[in-house]
Formats: sequence, structure tokens, C-alpha cells
Amino acid sequence: MSLDLPLVFAVLMGASILAYVVLDGYDLGVGMLLPAAERDEQDRMVASIGPFWDANGTWLVLGVGLLLVAFPGAHGEVLGALYLPVAAMLVGLMLRGAAFELRIKAEGWHRELWNWLFWAGSFLAAFAQGLMLGRYITGFDSGAGYWLFALVTGAALCGGYVLLGATWLIYRVEGALRDKAVAWARWGLLWVALGVALVSLGTPLVSETVREKWFSVPRIFFLAALPAATVAAWCFVWFNLRRSDTRPFLGAVAIYVLAFAGLAYSLFPYVIIDRMTIWQAAAHDSALKFVLAGAAVVLPFIVGYTLYVYRLFGGKAKDGAY
Amino acid sequence: MEDALLLARVQFGLNIAFHILFPTITIGLAWLIAWLRLRVERARQEDERRAWLETYRVWLKVFALTFAMGVVSGITMSFQFGTNWPGYMNKVGNVAGPLLAYEVLTAFFLEATFLGVLLFGMDRVPGRLHVASAFIVAFGTTVSAFWILALNSWMQTPAGHVVVDGVLIAGDWLQVIFNPSFPYRLAHMLLASGITAAFLVAGLSAWRLLRAPGDAAALKTLRLGAHVAAVLVPLQIFVGDLHGLNTLEHQPAKIAAMEALWKTQKGAALTLFAIPNEAEKRNDFAIEVPKALSLILVHDLNGEVRGLEEFKDRPPVAPLFFAFRIMVGMGVLMLALAWFGTWRLRGNRQPKPYLLWAFAAFSFSGWVATLAGWMVTEIGRQPWLVTGILRTKDAAGAASGAELGASLTAYVLIYAALLLAYMVVITHLAGKGAK
Repeated sequence: MSLDLPLVFAVLMGASILAYVVLDGYDLGVGMLLPAAERDEQDRMVASIGPFWDANGTWLVLGVGLLLVAFPGAHGEVLGALYLPVAAMLVGLMLRGAAFELRIKAEGWHRELWNWLFWAGSFLAAFAQGLMLGRYITGFDSGAGYWLFALVTGAALCGGYVLLGATWLIYRVEGALRDKAVAWARWGLLWVALGVALVSLGTPLVSETVREKWFSVPRIFFLAALPAATVAAWCFVWFNLRRSDTRPFLGAVAIYVLAFAGLAYSLFPYVIIDRMTIWQAAAHDSALKFVLAGAAVVLPFIVGYTLYVYRLFGGKAKDGAY
Repeated sequence: MEDALLLARVQFGLNIAFHILFPTITIGLAWLIAWLRLRVERARQEDERRAWLETYRVWLKVFALTFAMGVVSGITMSFQFGTNWPGYMNKVGNVAGPLLAYEVLTAFFLEATFLGVLLFGMDRVPGRLHVASAFIVAFGTTVSAFWILALNSWMQTPAGHVVVDGVLIAGDWLQVIFNPSFPYRLAHMLLASGITAAFLVAGLSAWRLLRAPGDAAALKTLRLGAHVAAVLVPLQIFVGDLHGLNTLEHQPAKIAAMEALWKTQKGAALTLFAIPNEAEKRNDFAIEVPKALSLILVHDLNGEVRGLEEFKDRPPVAPLFFAFRIMVGMGVLMLALAWFGTWRLRGNRQPKPYLLWAFAAFSFSGWVATLAGWMVTEIGRQPWLVTGILRTKDAAGAASGAELGASLTAYVLIYAALLLAYMVVITHLAGKGAK
């Protein structure tokens, strides 16, 4: 029996992108919430993501790296079609990353400027990622309606990251800031509801393939479990905001996992919807085998030491200076 | 189309040049951080420990900032492979892709994760584990250099690949990785990194001593930087020579362009300075040393050196000629300062202000030499993207001139601002708290 290598890599790539969205999502969410907080609170907010953000961003490099390695046929087309939003995202990530280090070292109005750039960079990156998602799931179709859809997904992902950021803060901070985070999380939840609903309704409208996958009997009865579980996770977050430190964040992650599963189900087996399947886009077996051998050895270690670092720095954040 | 190709090259070149500045520092500096952290751990007396800890903290801040700059510009790189050069991945993706994937898997996660432990974990993990984290970060940066230089070297001197059903794939991964120019390029780059970090440490320490005369920690790191440079620079000259001979064997057109040698000749003269005249295929205002080029390249006064006339595909001459001279000239100046400084700082001598100014002025000298060196090797590969396999013009993407122009403008503004901010902040960090 031989391994279906493109399928394995599609799973790996999907997992990397999901890991990135959840992990850097809370970083970007905290960044976007920065202007809503007081000055001393801002320092605590940044400290809450300090030990993690470098590694969180690495999942994006792995995700795009796997797209490049495993699906070279799609890589150029996807990134070429997304040229401008990708450039905007990169500018945003650069500003945010540089501001991360520079704001700690700056004083006076310099510090204010870097704080502002931290917010602007986080916002730009988040919005651009949402825009990319919107463009991607509509197969890069031109036309005003499709672009409008992408703008809405851009705004929705910002809201989704705010939810992740706010629930992360509930987990990481105490006192008045935690209370603020609860209020932010409610706004995030409302945005997420809007965003997930729009994407769920939008994709079947855009693509017949997706429509048939979801709305044929008897499949729809099994598939209904997915939106039902998403609604349950949503309520779980909403009602636990004041009751628990960890549950809101875990619930928010569950919403992302479920939404991602739905999206993956819609798209599979396409890497570019209705145009290119993962098998058509896949690299040569020799390249995939070589990478898989390395990944099989190294990925467990990566997951292991990542979990270790989260345990080490978990709980309520301490002072962020080093 | 020509314009779009030029813009794509300028944009990628700008980004890669901006990016390389930071890893060049961090690869070397990471090992210094690890060493300093070890000294803190090994210190027997409390005041000794405190002194090392203070030094360690200053350089850790510089390191964290430099690392972050490298990460953010590196993320940009990973996307520009696809956005600017889709033809590259289509043609050689089965070889290039896995090498990049190994860099991410074996190096990036390791560095980024343990940097978190290094920066924020000192009072949370046992001392030994914290020291180990510092070494893991340093190891990660070096592993990262290993993979990316394997890929770059493969593009310069491809080996180990086969064509199956019209697709280029790796036949033997060991030959792909350990291709002919790889050991030389890796050694050359790691030394460049060590030297860049050494001059940065010496330069910023000198800057601090100018602001705070008698600062014991800064004097210690000034000495350290000068000593490391005094050892590594001559080693680099030796390795550079070997690298040049290897290039002569595998990419003779690059050497001919570096030396602006138009005609094949025996007993070729070394052109110290000239203005290469591409149209007339000769050098204007040349200052030459008879037979010296043959001596350097063939190790024989009358040896034959092949000129540019022999090569149908050849790189542009003037940029290579000048970039090579900037690199070598900078190397000679760095050697002079490193040895002179080491001699002036021997025993327990206090440095004079002129020496401190000299080191401060050379803080970023490694950047100049490294960038010039990369220009030599990258422009020297033209018109090929992968020597003999893929031409640069065949790899360009479909991005329009307008898209490229708009994003290029944004990148230029941001890079200029970030570079300025970076240099101001680390100079400020070095001088801060001076009494």
C-alpha cells in the first residue's frame, strides 16, 4: 500500500494554517485591542503575548512553505492572484513585529508612535488575511460582488481575531483589564457570528460544487452537526466569559476548528476551488517523501517544545521586561 | 514586460538585502549570547555574576531586536519566492522546496520557541536549562544558515538532480545539499557573520566607552570583539581565497567579470582599479599589477586565465568589479583595525579616544562587506537564476508593473524607516545608562 502523499501534505498544510490562524490570531487580536486600553494595561497586554509571538508567526512560514513545497502548481497562482493583499499583510506583520521590540525601548512620543504602529500593523495584517480568505474561497473571481464579499470576510476575520485576543487576555490577565476583555470578547463573538454565517452562506452561493456537497439528502442531516456544534461552542464562550479563565479561549479555538473543518470539507479535494485539485498541483513524489521523512521526525519535537513553552509561561502574565 | 522583470528583481533584491542584514548579525551574536549566559552561570562570586549578567542583558536586548527584524523580513521573503518568481518553483520546486521546508522545520521553530524561553524564562526555568536555551537558539540560527546556503549554493553550482518525465527532481539529496560550492559558501558566510557581530559588539562597546569612560563591562566586550575579529578576519581571507578558486572552477565567467578580464591571457594582470567599459569591452583608467591575477588565481605567474570573451552567458561587469573591490577593501580595513586594536588593547591598556572612534565608526562595517559579497555572488550568477537550468527572465511572474511599483514603494519606505529606527535604537541601547 502506498501513501497518498498529496493528501498527507494537504492535511499538514491545513493544520499549519489553522495553527497559525489560532496562534497568531490571538497576537493580532491583542494588538488590535491596544488602543482600547489604558497605558499600563497596554504593557500588560503586550507582555501576555511576549514569549509566544515569534514562534506563532513561524506557523505561517510553515504553511506557505508547505504550499510551496507540496503544491508548486498552485503556489504561484494563489500568491500571484493575492499579490496586493499579501503585500499589505507583509507590511502589517513587519510593522507589528518591529514595533513589538521597538516600543519597549522607546520613550515619550516615540513610544506612542510605535504603539500606534503596533495597532495599525496588527489591523492591516488581520484585515489583509481576511481579504485573502474571501478571495481564495471564491476562486479569485473578479466582479464587484466578489470583492465586496472579500471586504466583509476581511472585517469578519478582524472581529474573529479580536475574539481570540480578548479571550486570551481573559486567560492571561486579572482585575479591571480582565473585565474589559470580557466586554471586548462579546463584541468579537457578535462579529464572528456574522462572519461565519456570511461565509457559510456565501460559499454555496458562489460554487455549485460546494452547494451539492452540503445540501444533498441524506448528507445534510449528518453535516448539520457542524453548524450545530459551532452554535454550541459560541454559546459556551458567551456564558463562560465571567465564569472561567480558560474556557472562553478554548471555546473560541473550537469555533475556529469547526469553521475550518467546514471550509476544508467545502474545498476538498481542490486547492484552487473548481480548478485545481491537490493531486494536480502536487510536487514530485521524491520531494514529498524527502520532506515527509524530516517532518515525521521533527514535527513531534516542535509540538512537544511548543506545549512545554505554553505550560512554562501559561497562566497569568508577569512583567514583560527582560 | 522588461520593466516588470526589472521591478521584480529590484524588489526581491531589496528585500533579500534588507533581510540578510539581520541574520548576519544574529548568527554570530547568538553564540556570543550563549557564551555570556554561560559565564553568568559559571561565575563563582556574586559581584562577578552580576557584572556578567549586566553585560548579557545589554546584548540580549540587541539580539532580541535584531532577531525580530530578521523574522519579519524573513516572512516577507517566504512569500516573495511565489509572488515574484513563480517560474522558479515550477521548474526547480522539487529540489528547492524541500530545502526551504527543512529550514523551517529544523531551525525556525527551534530558534523562535527557545528565544521565548531565553528572553522571559530566566527566573522560571533551572539555570542549566536556560543556558541550554541560549545554545539551542544559537544552534538554530546556524542550522538555518546551513539550509539556506545549501539552496543558494545549489542554484550557483547545481548537482545531484535528474530530469524524469520533463520534471527536475533530486536524484541524490546528499549531492544536492553538498554541492561543489556549498562548503566554501557556508564557511564564508558563517565567518562573515562572526566578523559582523564582532565589529558590532566592539563598535557599540567603544561607543559606550566614549559616553561612559571607564565602564568595565564595555571595555571587556570591546576587547572581546576586537580579539574575535583579529582571529576571524585572516581566517576569512583564507577561506575567501578558497571560495574564489572554487568559483573559478565552476563559474569562470563570474571570476572574469569580478576582475574585469575581457580577453583570455597568460600572465594576466590584476586590475586594482578601472572603469569597465561594457560597450567597448575594455577597461578605462586602469591601474594594473602585471601578472598578479595569474598568480592569485592559477598560483603561477604565467598561468592562463579565461576572459569574458569566452562566455556567451556572462554577468554585467561593472557591478561585480566594484562590489568585489568594496568587499575586499573593507576586509583589509577590518583586518587592519582588528589587529591594530588588539595590539593597542594588549595587557590592561586603556583605549585612547581615537581608537574608540575608529571602532565606533566600524560598528556596521560587516554589513557593507557582507552586502557587497552577496552582490558579487548573486549578480555574478546572472543571467541564470539556477546556473545552466533556469534563466532569471523565465522565472518572473505575472504581477503587473503597477502592482510591483506600488508594493515596491511601500517596501522602500518601510525598510528605510525600520533600518533607521533599528540603528538608532541599538546605538541608544549601547549608550543608555552611561554615567
